[in-house]
Amino acid sequence: MKSLMMTVAVLALGATASMAQTVGFSQIGSESGWRAAETTLTKQQAEERGIDLKFSDAQQKQENQIAAIRSFIAQGVDAILLAPVVATGWDSVLQEAHEAEIPVVLLDRSVDSDKALYLTAVGSDLVHEGAVAGQWLVDTVAGNDCRVVELQGTTGSSPAIDRKAGFESAIEGHDNIEIVRSQTGDFTRAQGKEVMESFLQAENGGKDICALYAHNDDMAVGAIQAIKEAGLKPGEDILVVSIDAVPDIFQAMAAGEANATVELTPNMAGPAFDALKAYMEDGAEPAKFIQTESKLYTQADDPAGEYERRKDLGY
Amino acid sequence: MTALLRITPQLLTLAALMAMVTLFFPGFLKIEFVDGRLVGPVMDILKRGAPVGLLAVGMTLVIATRGIDLSVGTVVAITGAVTAWAITNGYGLGGALVLALAAGAVAGIWNGCLVAIAGIQPIVATLILMTSGRGIAQLVTEGRILTFSHDGLAFFGSGDLLGIPVPALIWLATAIGVTLLMRRTALGLLVEAVGVNRAASALAGVNATVLLIAVYVASGLCAALAGIIATADIRGADANNAGLWLELDAILAVVIGGNSLLGGRFSIAAALLGALIIQTIDTGILLAGFPSEYNLVIKAALVLVILVLQSPNLAGHWYALRRTFGRQPAATTATAKGAKQ
Amino acid sequence: MLLTIRSLTKTFPGTRALDGVDFDLAAGEIHALLGENGAGKSTLIKCLTGAYARDAGKISLDGQTVSPKSTSEAQELGIGTVYQEVNLLANLTVAQNLTFGREPTRFGMVDGRAQRQQAEAMLEGYGLDIDVSRDLSTYSVAVRQIVAIARAVALSGKVLILDEPTASLDSREVETLFGVMRKLRDQGMGMIFVSHFLDQVFSLTDRVTVLRNGRKITTERTADLDRVRLIEHMLGHTLENEVAGHRKADHGLPRSELLRFEDFGRRGHIEPFNLSVGEGEVLGLAGLLGSGRTESAELMFGVASAHSGSAQDKSGAIDLSSPRAAIAAGFGFAPEERKADGIVADLSVRENIALAMQARRGWARPISRSEQTRLAQDYIARLDIRTSGPDQVVGDLSGGNQQKVVLARWLAMNPRFLILDEPTRGIDVGAHAEILRLIDEVTKEGMSILVISSELDELIAVANRVIVVRDRRHVAELTGSEITTETIVRAIAAPEQGEDAA
Repeated sequence: MKSLMMTVAVLALGATASMAQTVGFSQIGSESGWRAAETTLTKQQAEERGIDLKFSDAQQKQENQIAAIRSFIAQGVDAILLAPVVATGWDSVLQEAHEAEIPVVLLDRSVDSDKALYLTAVGSDLVHEGAVAGQWLVDTVAGNDCRVVELQGTTGSSPAIDRKAGFESAIEGHDNIEIVRSQTGDFTRAQGKEVMESFLQAENGGKDICALYAHNDDMAVGAIQAIKEAGLKPGEDILVVSIDAVPDIFQAMAAGEANATVELTPNMAGPAFDALKAYMEDGAEPAKFIQTESKLYTQADDPAGEYERRKDLGY
Repeated sequence: MTALLRITPQLLTLAALMAMVTLFFPGFLKIEFVDGRLVGPVMDILKRGAPVGLLAVGMTLVIATRGIDLSVGTVVAITGAVTAWAITNGYGLGGALVLALAAGAVAGIWNGCLVAIAGIQPIVATLILMTSGRGIAQLVTEGRILTFSHDGLAFFGSGDLLGIPVPALIWLATAIGVTLLMRRTALGLLVEAVGVNRAASALAGVNATVLLIAVYVASGLCAALAGIIATADIRGADANNAGLWLELDAILAVVIGGNSLLGGRFSIAAALLGALIIQTIDTGILLAGFPSEYNLVIKAALVLVILVLQSPNLAGHWYALRRTFGRQPAATTATAKGAKQ
Repeated sequence: MLLTIRSLTKTFPGTRALDGVDFDLAAGEIHALLGENGAGKSTLIKCLTGAYARDAGKISLDGQTVSPKSTSEAQELGIGTVYQEVNLLANLTVAQNLTFGREPTRFGMVDGRAQRQQAEAMLEGYGLDIDVSRDLSTYSVAVRQIVAIARAVALSGKVLILDEPTASLDSREVETLFGVMRKLRDQGMGMIFVSHFLDQVFSLTDRVTVLRNGRKITTERTADLDRVRLIEHMLGHTLENEVAGHRKADHGLPRSELLRFEDFGRRGHIEPFNLSVGEGEVLGLAGLLGSGRTESAELMFGVASAHSGSAQDKSGAIDLSSPRAAIAAGFGFAPEERKADGIVADLSVRENIALAMQARRGWARPISRSEQTRLAQDYIARLDIRTSGPDQVVGDLSGGNQQKVVLARWLAMNPRFLILDEPTRGIDVGAHAEILRLIDEVTKEGMSILVISSELDELIAVANRVIVVRDRRHVAELTGSEITTETIVRAIAAPEQGEDAA
């Protein structure tokens, strides 16, 4: 309801501000809270800049996205934002946009097409996110021995592979830190809790665990409950670091139960609009990959305030 | 006595599995008494096995009528969402539980009417809710993980009573209750009769239509209990992931329990052992500490071995094999099976 | 000899199903294989077709010893089988069924035209004029049977086993089938014919072999046998009163009316009819298959609800809107399709007998196991049900004993009006006589019975009154001395001599 009203508001704004650009946005769907937040923020960013945003929800289907892009081209939009559901199969529709001289900016994920077919891709570096989390742990334990358990994302998914690799690269050379157990928690709260329970069982009731690294906040939230139920204090007895920066982890940090999270910002549209503006007004060709900031939040960064700022974004 | 004989293969399988997990994780059977509750991997299995165990109870009844309920995983998500929604909107614990159970019952009535009155094949009828139901759950949670902080509700997921995890108590009580209801009344017989031959049962005066709807309602109620537990466990309703693929684990549990997908004779106890076998595999894999890439392969291999060992055809082959090697047939039951092949 | 069997023995736990049986089949012969249920006929056939492995003995075909290990292997050797329940795929076309497993292909794809031509060629000479591109299910059982025979003949070509092929055919269809069989005989085919219809055995077969309790009793030329001696061979004792017409005596008795159906009918099923049922009366319902016999019974039992008319008893109108309502009104119904609609195959004898009573009492008031067992034992003794005990699975019993279980289910309910649709179809002579005796017995106690049967002898023997059904209408009612084969046949045949709705 709220998003509908916002769309109406954006459309009305677009109609009155005659100088406004029109941008089409083909979103994957609303499969996760992060995705919903990305949609909300994109609409907010467009509104702030007076851009008329045409939004299309593909409901996880590539054919819907291709159809949406073709209709954007037919409507003669000034630019297209695309959050691609898969990496392949975009060549012909990107070619069509290219021939219509409509710049395409990829959000969040990349595609396997020729780089000349799109203006730029805005996204986060997943390896870097893992590295930021790892570096935080290296700095926090400061040379003390630390046995780490890791909750991986869905086996074989690129966030799981890259966030694992980034974390491992950051702790490399610090022999005091060791990953003793690593299992998939499927990015879900329930699995995160269940797998953490087995880690606690296997590691002397959790007494041998110094820190938990979770590939996303949801798993960390589930694991925090498991730690509490095992009679330990998350955040003190076991350090908790995770990635994404969703509202619930700030609540846990405010309660002292989580220690740090690395932000995967849902605001991909801001840098995208900036790049488009520079390109259109000054003809400045942006780099082919614009990396969003992987900001580290700790208990010192006003977690309660961050929670308030994020809780209505649709997470 | 015959009931014990019926579940012997499942008991042996479970024992063998537990022995195997102990080899990889020596502390597996250790149970400690910490802070007034029992703690140990076995207790975890009893607790974690609750959703699949509960679904298996309902699924056993549905399968006994020659049906199948693919929607239970989705109903877990819907009822979980309703629970969290009700508790965050101030309906209180009682209200949340009643609303969740009512949602499960409505799902069951929907499925049951499609099967028993509209005459749609069960696999198709329940597929409708399976595919659309998650959307309903997302409408309830508005697409986010709907979290709550209510200790009374959380008690159903992570509380203890007399040292035993509450989810384990819920599935045990449900299983015993349903078994007594089936075997102490004539329901069990009537369900089996409808499952073997609905036409003949109807001609003998069995109210097959009402009975069919009732088993789908039972399945929906079991799914609602599982949904309450799943939501209480993580103190939030995750419409995308709650109960995801659980219907398949529940069917697998029923099958490992030796219940025929063609309906008829059923054993709830055996299906529950099937659920425990699946959970033991899952927990065992986590404890053994293999890389997660191997999880599904190990599970598939173990399930394959279990099902092959339990297959009636193989029993015949065993008998033939033993006879070929000149040994005396051990039991007349084996002889009868061999002759029937 | 085309086929020779010597000292064939097959043992199952607890029973010796075949005990040193010899059997010969000549080319160009139709050889009847007879015996009561459990005599060993089906075991013999299953050993021949490879479904069972024999324990001892020798089977030779054309002088070669054979030991088929599967039905398909037997087919390749030249032994084909056609069962009572036709083993074809009803949802495929006739042509697909005929060429199944060896479809003509063109460029690796099934060649539909060649398939149809081949199928038509296979059916040539069987006197069928059917469209082979239509689904098999659109044709009658008789046509399906002939298609099955055509397929078996084309696949095997030496020995054809026909297991109860006529059980679900009416008399005209039986004649068509027999025409086909005689033609095949003339072509040199050897056929084994299993049937309970003794008339058919006499009219069709060249020789008869009788089995009893797993042993061969005799093999004789059919022409040298008479009916009584044949039945003696099968039953092993002199049949005292096979199905004597002993009810004639009380035809004239005045009866008080139990039920009355007025203008009772349903469009597309049976035209509205009037029928009065007397207490303790046996009503016969005669007619060809598909004439509306079964439809009349289903309407009376609420399987289909009536569009018009009413049913009444002394105290007023009766609700017959569903089987449950009919049962509540004191009705019972043993349907024609015993396996599909009668027994619950995977459940025990005990549970099958108790089922209707349990359904009537409701789920909350279970009949205890000991009560069920007592009930079952009572009826096992009373109806002489051959079973290893109340807990034997009904599906493992022979057809006659399954029928007795269904009867026991209804007798246990003590209904006032019991409908029996083809109660003796496909069951052996001994059970047949017992069921007729039972009808006699319960009607003396006041129960009223409606018997539907294709066997006129049977109706003549038991019925006080016979209703004749033709073209979904009740066309005649015969009582007393009017009930003869001739009058019934004449009523069925109809004055206009039109095409029957078979």
